Amino acid sequence: MADSGTRTLISQAQLRRGRGKVIYWTLLTVVVAGFTLVFLGPLYWMVTGALKSGQEIAQTPPTLWPHDPQTQNYVDAWNNLALAKLMFNTFYYAAGAVFFQLVFDTAAAYALSKLRPIFGNLILGLMLATLMIPAMVLIVPQYVTAIDLPIIGINLLDSPWAIWLPLIANAFNIFLLKRFFDSIPEDLIAAAQVDGASPLRTLWSIILPMSRPILGVVSIFAVTAVWKDFLWPKLVMPSPETRTLSVGIYAFAGGTPQNVVIAASVIAAIPTVIIFLLFQRNIMSGLTTGSLKG
Amino acid sequence: MTAPGVTSQSAPAPRAKKGRGSLGRKVQDNLTGHAFLIGAVVCFALFMWYPMVRGIVMSFQRTRRGETTWVGWDNYVRIVADPSFWTAWKNTFLFTLLALVLGYALPFFVAILLNEFRHAKGYLRVLVYLPVMLPPASALFLFKYYAYDPSDAGLFNAILKSLHLPTSEWMQSPTMTIPAMVLASTWMNLGSAVLIYLASLQNIPGELYEAAELDGAGVWRRIWNVTIPQTRLILALLAMLQIVATMQLFIEPLILANGAGTQDSATSVAYLIYQHGFFQNDLNGAAALGVIMLLVLAAFSAVYVRLTTKQD
Repeated sequence: MADSGTRTLISQAQLRRGRGKVIYWTLLTVVVAGFTLVFLGPLYWMVTGALKSGQEIAQTPPTLWPHDPQTQNYVDAWNNLALAKLMFNTFYYAAGAVFFQLVFDTAAAYALSKLRPIFGNLILGLMLATLMIPAMVLIVPQYVTAIDLPIIGINLLDSPWAIWLPLIANAFNIFLLKRFFDSIPEDLIAAAQVDGASPLRTLWSIILPMSRPILGVVSIFAVTAVWKDFLWPKLVMPSPETRTLSVGIYAFAGGTPQNVVIAASVIAAIPTVIIFLLFQRNIMSGLTTGSLKG
Repeated sequence: MTAPGVTSQSAPAPRAKKGRGSLGRKVQDNLTGHAFLIGAVVCFALFMWYPMVRGIVMSFQRTRRGETTWVGWDNYVRIVADPSFWTAWKNTFLFTLLALVLGYALPFFVAILLNEFRHAKGYLRVLVYLPVMLPPASALFLFKYYAYDPSDAGLFNAILKSLHLPTSEWMQSPTMTIPAMVLASTWMNLGSAVLIYLASLQNIPGELYEAAELDGAGVWRRIWNVTIPQTRLILALLAMLQIVATMQLFIEPLILANGAGTQDSATSVAYLIYQHGFFQNDLNGAAALGVIMLLVLAAFSAVYVRLTTKQD
């Protein structure tokens, strides 16, 4: 094993010998089986449950697998709930969120880390202070702002900007990016300046290529944030044509058979699960770098 | 901008000229810096800083038929007089407390356990984090329709029955509503706490365990005397974050209990904000409730800061 050198709570030697070895393997088997049951079991139940007929789902005791699989439930979910449209909307909002967060949050983090303009620290402090404000507290005044933007007086309701603009105001991203940029040696930037590179050029050709891992983390978080969010899109995207997946499923849940709602929920969860399985390493490292030094 | 050629030619006051040149340079650099900041700053101003102030201002105003007047504490009085106000706080506190009992210690022990394993590490980590990636609405419909089905066809009741335990009405029983919401919420959110703990466990120097073992400390003593003190800051931080997150309980009552639940057993403060603001056409009252929530959470944070700084 690669990490056999690091000592944890219980020593390696103890785990390799007699009683320790037996306990270790028993515990490992129990935990692997238990975790599979607790964390994967409900997902299995969800995917197969949505394949059961209305009669089978009401059966006591419940059946372990669908005896007469009804793929029609998934087809109904896709057609009756207009999932294609909802899926497109959510993708569109997520893509925009990634783009605008990358542009504006990296620019801001770069300014705060390397250009250090006057009042930079004050601005950073004010940004970080927003991490302390619970989202529910701001929901009402944010909504009032979105329906009548100050000075310009535009109503953002049903416009994707209502999702994109508030997401740019993400102090956690700016903090994450700034910390990464801080670790890039000053000499590199000085060298670029001597060569006559403008700040934009330095950001584009030196900083960004070195920051791919952190940009990846920010992008993945942006996608999952849009995909998981519920209340804000529900408030600012009220029309059926502009809804996101979660909001759309919720809106239809009342008048739709349970199995079809679950089938729709499964379809809505597929993209994030795929993203997670593809990028699990980046996601987990991003999670821990952000909070480690707390 | 001053052209660099001009400064070198004007001999009489080179110092002053040079000073102005570097000042111009400074102004220029600061302008560039702020140009890079402006996009993010505008968004923070529009959707964070301004709404914070606006929320407080709104809570002392009343808008009726497009006319806004100052009404002093009227909104607060009206909100507190609403019988749901106290029910919502009682439910929210109970939820926060139960979620803390279940959702705070459990991930810590799961992390300790996972940190000891030399096999299946990646698999277990992916499993624990998987529910975090599901859209909450999807996961909650699963709980609502399949797990918390009050008939014997429901998953949980079927399990209880097969173990010869009494079944439950789940969301239809006022006493089970909050525990059921805590269970669903813990399942959805456990993974992120586990991963954060795992990262901090990996920073504990192995020599500390070595030394404790040589002194004859058993496994539990080592957890108590080494693991917990070494991860104290993260433990305290996550407790705070979890309290703030669970106090904003919203989507669980909305989906699992259709909002208020049986006999108001699910109404939360956040749900009440939503109700007042977007269904009872009382945005000012909702803003006042938001300010009250902010104050309560600020009080919690103050206690937290007090406790953590004292120990250092």
